[in-house]
Amino acid sequence: MEQPVLKVSGLETHFFTDDGEIPAVDSVDFYVNKGEVLGIVGESGSGKSVTSLSIMQLIQAPGKIVGGEITYKGENLISKSEKEMRKIRGNEIGMIFQEPMTSLNPVFRIGNQLIEGIRIHKKWNKKKAWEHAVSILKLVGLPRAEELMNEYPHQLSGGMRQRVMIAMAMACEPEVLIADEPTTALDVTIQAQILELMKKLNKETNTSIIMITHDLGVVAEICDRIAVMYSGKIVEQGKTQDIFQHPKHPYTIGLIESVPDVRVRKDRLYSIPGNVPKPGSIHKGCHFAPRCNFAFDKCYEENPTLLDAGPAQQARCWLHEDAKKAAVLERVKS
Amino acid sequence: MQEALLEVKQLKKHFPIQGGVLKQQVGTVKAVDGVTFTLHKGETFGLVGESGCGKSTTGRMLMRLLEPSEGEVLFDGKEMTTLNKKDLRHLRKDIQMVFQDPFASLNPRHTVEKIIEEPLIVHQLGNKAERKKRVRELLEIVGLSAYHAKRYPHQFSGGQRQRIGIARALAVNPKLIIADEPVSALDVSIQAQVLNLLEDLQKELGLTYLFIAHDLGVVRHISDRVGVMYLGRIVEMADSEKLYLDSKHPYTQALLSAVPVPDPEYGKDRIILKGDVPSPSNPPPGCPFHTRCPKAMDVCSSVVPEFREIEPGHHTACHLYEEDLV
Repeated sequence: MEQPVLKVSGLETHFFTDDGEIPAVDSVDFYVNKGEVLGIVGESGSGKSVTSLSIMQLIQAPGKIVGGEITYKGENLISKSEKEMRKIRGNEIGMIFQEPMTSLNPVFRIGNQLIEGIRIHKKWNKKKAWEHAVSILKLVGLPRAEELMNEYPHQLSGGMRQRVMIAMAMACEPEVLIADEPTTALDVTIQAQILELMKKLNKETNTSIIMITHDLGVVAEICDRIAVMYSGKIVEQGKTQDIFQHPKHPYTIGLIESVPDVRVRKDRLYSIPGNVPKPGSIHKGCHFAPRCNFAFDKCYEENPTLLDAGPAQQARCWLHEDAKKAAVLERVKS
Repeated sequence: MQEALLEVKQLKKHFPIQGGVLKQQVGTVKAVDGVTFTLHKGETFGLVGESGCGKSTTGRMLMRLLEPSEGEVLFDGKEMTTLNKKDLRHLRKDIQMVFQDPFASLNPRHTVEKIIEEPLIVHQLGNKAERKKRVRELLEIVGLSAYHAKRYPHQFSGGQRQRIGIARALAVNPKLIIADEPVSALDVSIQAQVLNLLEDLQKELGLTYLFIAHDLGVVRHISDRVGVMYLGRIVEMADSEKLYLDSKHPYTQALLSAVPVPDPEYGKDRIILKGDVPSPSNPPPGCPFHTRCPKAMDVCSSVVPEFREIEPGHHTACHLYEEDLV
């Protein structure tokens, strides 16, 4: 059995607001192996970004991690001090954010921003860090890397900025790269370039990637395994192929069905009724039950645990308690 | 032949770039550079393209939120570009717009009720009680609840705000709705609801849509015909099915192949375009796409290809298809 690089178990991140305590991330478990690409999919408010920020210990008040463990190389990140975390962030675990314009500082040159992290973590002199930064820019496929080092973020296009962000995250050769919606702000042709680049980097450097996205297409494209989040919980996880071919949770089924496909035109899109619930608004039973076509009495009473729904697949759904009930899903799909 | 509701002919928008102490014009951004298409009654015309291709500018010019630099826009046979303010206001009752940014398009100081009611007041429709009733009806239609009427925009998520925008557009029973990226801010499960809603409304009310979006899957789903824009021009236009199954322009082909498909088994030969879209202030000579085109020929860098009908109902602007004529 392969040893996971990063393991999250029972993670609880709550926000303490005027409306009470809101469990944005609610007992989330997952792991990522060396060289693996894990996708965390979910809609807005599902807790996927809060999960990634929790790993980096970047949760700010009123948010707080109230439980669970994040094990990286055998150590629990939650018990680390801020000083210790600084050595891990960027160095051991890199992060790419969604909006490349707001995550680059507009008043500093690309070069200065790139070498800052390298100099801090690697304790290299300026010249060596500079040379390394140039080589990383070349690695992410940016033309005229030397000139770019002296340019400002506004002089670059969105796609180039995102490449710079990836270069920055990769600069210290992290073991794990967390990419939070890295292509959402980009055009499709540029998105294709960036995804291709991330696949290449994953293969060449054997970096593990946690890809956080709402786009099922992106996930299918790049991920080995997927965890689907809904209302702060992982509702289904498994291998990418299994999840797309045999989704086992009614939410995953609905999500896959509701994406308009470029390849075929469906007569009418399947749509999940209702809205995504406000985190913390459902106290009893399965959080998806009010929108679920298959919900029965038990769903409103008790919140399901992750149940085995296939050889390497789990779904948080009472239907998988016995095989007879689970057969309903197969029938509906065909 | 279907009846045309909106005819757009050689529409252009050039923004001047001013520079120097004297604010002299030092250049032009050709945001939209000669766009021609027709919208038939009751159909959905999709306009796709990447950011900066001019699709939103086109949409705004059709409502005359931006004054066109050149070209004609005929709505129901009436020339729109020369209308005075009063007539224009009257006409805008028939054309409504759903905007791209649900955060910027709703006044944060107004309640939802006031926002949706506003077009009814402007066009003097109904008395106070009727307007209130209509607002609640509209909220239900777009998937919100009547009790939301008294709330302010900041109390809603981005997705819900976009629904408010749609409700506002529907308020005056328009004939044409220009929807500029109406679902790009919504979650997938909500997006499907809104797309279905738009389709239902179209059937019920006989609406015509100009659907501007960058998501090719969404556009395919909702559109009867599609125009693909690149650097201010339509490079290909055809029936939706035809365009997606048998695209002719290399840009359309690359664009379609770049879309990630939610199916890990689906193998495909992806065309990855090199580089970025050139700046519209300094578009390349000849075909605007030749700098990134995998099939570019010598002629492409010097001669602008003509936008021609290569098959019945299928138009494209590409030199590759020019010999066909001979």
